Amino acid sequence: MLAEEDIAGKFGQFGGRFVPEALIGALDELERTHNEAMSDPVFLAELAHLNATYVGRPSILTDAKNFSKHCGGAQILLKREDLNHTGSHKINNVIGQALLTKRMGKKRVIAETGAGQHGVATATAAALMGFECVVYMGEEDVRRQSLNVARMKLLGAQVVPVTSGSRTLKDAINEAMRDWVTNVADTHYLLGTVAGPHPFPTIVRDFHSVIGNEAREQVLALNGKLPDAVLACIGGGSNAIGIFNRFIGDAGVRLIGLEAGGDGIETGRHASTISGGTVGVLHGTRTYVLQDENGQTVESHSISAGLDYPGVGPEHAYLHDLGRAEYRSVTDAQAMEAFALLSREEGIIPAIETAHALYGAMVLGKELGKDATILINLSGRGDKDVQTAAAWFGIEL
Amino acid sequence: MIASQSKLSKLFIKCKSENRAALIGYLPAGFPNQSDSIKIIKAMIEGGVDAVEIGFPYSDPVMDGPVIQEAAEVARKNGITMAKTLDIVKEISATGVPTLLMTYWNPIERYGPEKFAHDFSVEGMEGVITPDLPIEEAGVWLATAKENSIHSIFVIAPSTGDGRLKDVTSNCSGFIYAASSMGVTGTQTSVANTASALVERVRKISGTPVAVGLGVSNRVQASEVAKFADGVIVGSAFVKAVLQNPSDPATAVRKVAEELSLGVRER
Repeated sequence: MLAEEDIAGKFGQFGGRFVPEALIGALDELERTHNEAMSDPVFLAELAHLNATYVGRPSILTDAKNFSKHCGGAQILLKREDLNHTGSHKINNVIGQALLTKRMGKKRVIAETGAGQHGVATATAAALMGFECVVYMGEEDVRRQSLNVARMKLLGAQVVPVTSGSRTLKDAINEAMRDWVTNVADTHYLLGTVAGPHPFPTIVRDFHSVIGNEAREQVLALNGKLPDAVLACIGGGSNAIGIFNRFIGDAGVRLIGLEAGGDGIETGRHASTISGGTVGVLHGTRTYVLQDENGQTVESHSISAGLDYPGVGPEHAYLHDLGRAEYRSVTDAQAMEAFALLSREEGIIPAIETAHALYGAMVLGKELGKDATILINLSGRGDKDVQTAAAWFGIEL
Repeated sequence: MIASQSKLSKLFIKCKSENRAALIGYLPAGFPNQSDSIKIIKAMIEGGVDAVEIGFPYSDPVMDGPVIQEAAEVARKNGITMAKTLDIVKEISATGVPTLLMTYWNPIERYGPEKFAHDFSVEGMEGVITPDLPIEEAGVWLATAKENSIHSIFVIAPSTGDGRLKDVTSNCSGFIYAASSMGVTGTQTSVANTASALVERVRKISGTPVAVGLGVSNRVQASEVAKFADGVIVGSAFVKAVLQNPSDPATAVRKVAEELSLGVRER
């Protein structure tokens, strides 16, 4: 259904390439390499092999019967990306792009990271494949996610705290872009979400599509029918596109993305780009953006570093405008309520990012009733969030 | 005004007859604040800058190094807006010097490309440099700029291939902005030979003047670049002069301009 719109990196009016001229050659090379790789059986076999023997795919599906009570009795199926190596879905894209890096003959990878999950995954793949690795991370996030900073260092990566702008994910991307403009000849920018200039939204989607491909089969095997709705949290939107993609053609399946509401959209302190933003250009792509009347990016706010981003992937913007996907907002407090419930009821501590999708299921389950089946992308585990959660719930460390 | 009769086009003709390169000076709008910004840009003109490139400070300047980033942050903190930038353009273009705007694309898109082109050209802006708008995304802008007789100036890089070079340069008007190296704005110790090679490639396919930017900061470099280019663009060196001389930034900027204007005459 979207194939036509995908030509030249456009998703309707969204997407495209708004980058310095110096990067055009590298983006062309990346696009070419990706296109060739995706139809090369040797590449695909290597990717499948790493997914099976290194990442831990396929990830399992868990029927969350206890948590279901808090979701109006609806069946809640969790796609367990938290069980992947490094603890989140991020590794899917990283392994794919690392193989592309090898194919392009580049020896150095750079990455941005918010929560640190993409940085850890990139540092992991770099260790495995022998790349030099530099991760840009906002100073504020370095503080919030110190455990992941230590993990990256243990894996041999250099972590560069970014002190410009809001000192979060948005500024880490700016700094990574500047590095890339300067070192593009030998460096691949391993972008971690479905945003950025073409071909990144397409590449990252392709490598995460494995999530939805597996989940659709698993739900069909379990229930003999498709789910009523598929839910995922949205920052840039990589885990959401990953699980949505295979279901886009299934008209009866609702696709719902849960954005970070921070203190609430009405307070202005949030990261709900689709629900509370306007169309603009950020980080090389046209999409929904949190911006002021002068076109300046407005700082986003969320308890979750991984969702704290004032843009969103262009394909989500397109799915929203088409009406094919719905986007709702979940506040910090609501997400933390779901975080606590899943931990207590199922013995699964989710990432705070993921907890936004879990709260979305608590609301939707009540709307749909007990006969409904809701598939949730459990995109990451919450080990990295223990400090934040302990502070939130008043647990002394 | 027809673009070929702009002050900018006349400037390049005049410089050619004087056997020298044009000196194009960049400073961000509203840096360090609205009123000082105008004084400092005027001092830059008094010092010998032939054309002014006013930068619109943007929250996410991926083409800029730390010096211009810092200036943009200062200007933003002190409340720069598009409306105030329009006032600065008006004041500067009234001096008679060709006045250009350098801005990332999103602020134009947000303002509305047509309204932007109209409002700013009425106040004397003759051209716009768009560092993150590749030619593939520039359809609307090219038409709008043409309608309003505004020069559309795109950046070419050493990595720009020959086929693409033709596409980009044929859409440039006023001059072609050649990036001297792969990288972001900032002062460099040497301006690489890549710049002269790039300009040479352009000469084979285009008669439009070529100005070289990124990394030029002193008289010696300006003179090196002036040997093969029609224009020398300097930004970070002016910004640095302001940052390092808070008590009298105008004098510091004037001195930098005087030095550079000697450089562009030493071919």
